[in-house]
Amino acid sequence: MPIDRQTVVHAADLARIALSDAEIERFTGQISVVLDAVDRLKEVDTSTVPPTASALPIHNVEREDEPRPGLTNEEALANAPKGGRDGEFFRVQEVLEAR
Amino acid sequence: MSELPASIADAGALLRKRATTSAELTEIALTAAHRDTFNAWLHVADAHARAQARQADERLAKGDASPLLGIPWACKDIIGTKGIPTTAASKILEGYKPPYSATVVERLDAAGAVMLGKTNLDEFAMGSSNENSAFGPVRNPWDVTRVPGGSSGGSAVAVAAGQAMFGLGTDTGGSIRQPGALSGVAAMKPTYGRVSRFGVVAFASSLDQVGPFGQTVEDCAIVCQALFGKDPNDATTMPLAVDDLRRDIGRGVKGLRIGVPKEFFIDGMEKDVERAVREALRWYEKEGAELVDVSLSLTDHGLAVYYIIQPAEASSNLARYDGVRFGRRVEGKDLLDTYRRTRGQGFGAEVKRRMIIGTYALSAGYYDAYYVKAQKVRTLIKAEFDAAFAKCDAIVTPTSPTVAFKIGQKVDDPLAMYLNDVFTLPGNIAGLPGISIPCGFSQDGLPIGLQIMANSFQEATMFRVAAAFERATAFHQARPEAA
Repeated sequence: MPIDRQTVVHAADLARIALSDAEIERFTGQISVVLDAVDRLKEVDTSTVPPTASALPIHNVEREDEPRPGLTNEEALANAPKGGRDGEFFRVQEVLEAR
Repeated sequence: MSELPASIADAGALLRKRATTSAELTEIALTAAHRDTFNAWLHVADAHARAQARQADERLAKGDASPLLGIPWACKDIIGTKGIPTTAASKILEGYKPPYSATVVERLDAAGAVMLGKTNLDEFAMGSSNENSAFGPVRNPWDVTRVPGGSSGGSAVAVAAGQAMFGLGTDTGGSIRQPGALSGVAAMKPTYGRVSRFGVVAFASSLDQVGPFGQTVEDCAIVCQALFGKDPNDATTMPLAVDDLRRDIGRGVKGLRIGVPKEFFIDGMEKDVERAVREALRWYEKEGAELVDVSLSLTDHGLAVYYIIQPAEASSNLARYDGVRFGRRVEGKDLLDTYRRTRGQGFGAEVKRRMIIGTYALSAGYYDAYYVKAQKVRTLIKAEFDAAFAKCDAIVTPTSPTVAFKIGQKVDDPLAMYLNDVFTLPGNIAGLPGISIPCGFSQDGLPIGLQIMANSFQEATMFRVAAAFERATAFHQARPEAA
């Protein structure tokens, strides 16, 4: 199914990706071609077929809920982006609007 | 010594009789990696490698006979290495140094192997040509105007060009086997559930597997022996005992049934590829294997299944790259704008395309039509393989419909690029093991790959079938002139 510009903009928005006008233009055409190709799946009758999420023959894997050592505070913060650390915290922009 | 030995077994023999040292092998590899002109490496870890080589030589001096002890290897830069940059060839992870190593790296560390550095790839493993790297394309040593295949192109080339004894890659739709075929080395994807992905940058989690590149089939088996097995940190690893993966190498193929799916000989396959694969099949028959027709009628639809499931899972996995805790951040007017700018500028074109396709396929109103539909056809593809393996011990096919193509030839045509993986991705959809081995050359002197697939967890049979052909032929001994 070919998709339009608006659909690409909407999906990019959901994916939190800013696109330039040139990218929107180019991707709309390219993604339409890909979605056209995957539309062939409609040819396959799956009315009585269950979905497969993974080829693996195991499902739930359980373990004891035991505390294990994790990263230290310093290790966890070591890769913080430039301007993204404030002491022992990650720094982000304000999310809540009214206080 | 000026070149690396021709196999891990050869290197091990030389190390144990003190004809060489791990330090010497490591210096040969590091020198070759620094002289590399194919852009195979993103980071060469000299000090780390030399320290590991010293430790290996101490263990060797004490008589330790571990098969990978002292052997230098190349690590695809999507596999986390503690304190050593790991970028997934993306600007969004530029400068990232993992606080821990992937389980596969820890296992090779424990085996005494020497990690030389990190190899180039398509960004987040999304690609079949290695042209999607944020740090430039990798070139094919057999013809530097051509691609090496992808996404694990750097590791394939490092082995093909004699810069490492073996390499690790990841294979989600063919990203080990296809570059192995195009670069002329043995390249193997294990059964889904064999190898831990803990510490590996996640791409499409129901498809991803880590596996080796080697100069020989036996080398791949030796590396797998160290990698396979349950990891408490990855719930998808099977709690299976791993027996000797080399036990059937050398037994030949007499009496084995080899499945040949007609759907793998399609229009658009290059004549040289078809000729070489048909000759290999005739060789198997001559050696006493029985060729059996099997039907994998949904092979064509596999591509469609893959190009829904894979971007859908990727769009979910890559949500973590938001510029908050690691990697690049591009600050905007508010947090939402920061996410959008960070991801808009941090991701390359192919990653963005797949994020959009995947998000669309999972979005309200389309989820059933795309994602669930693809999962249902996945069930049918798996059932076709089950039926095929009831009739045969292994399936032998071309690895890729073409030999290495020109850099730039397919970059603006995603669908043509995706077709590179049409023969490898069914194995990921069904979770099966597969190996690509060199089986000939095109008229232009470019390597051709033969794919051998086996049923789940039957890697020993796959190695047996692959090694039989390799030992009777000399294709794997050919070396590119440019290397």
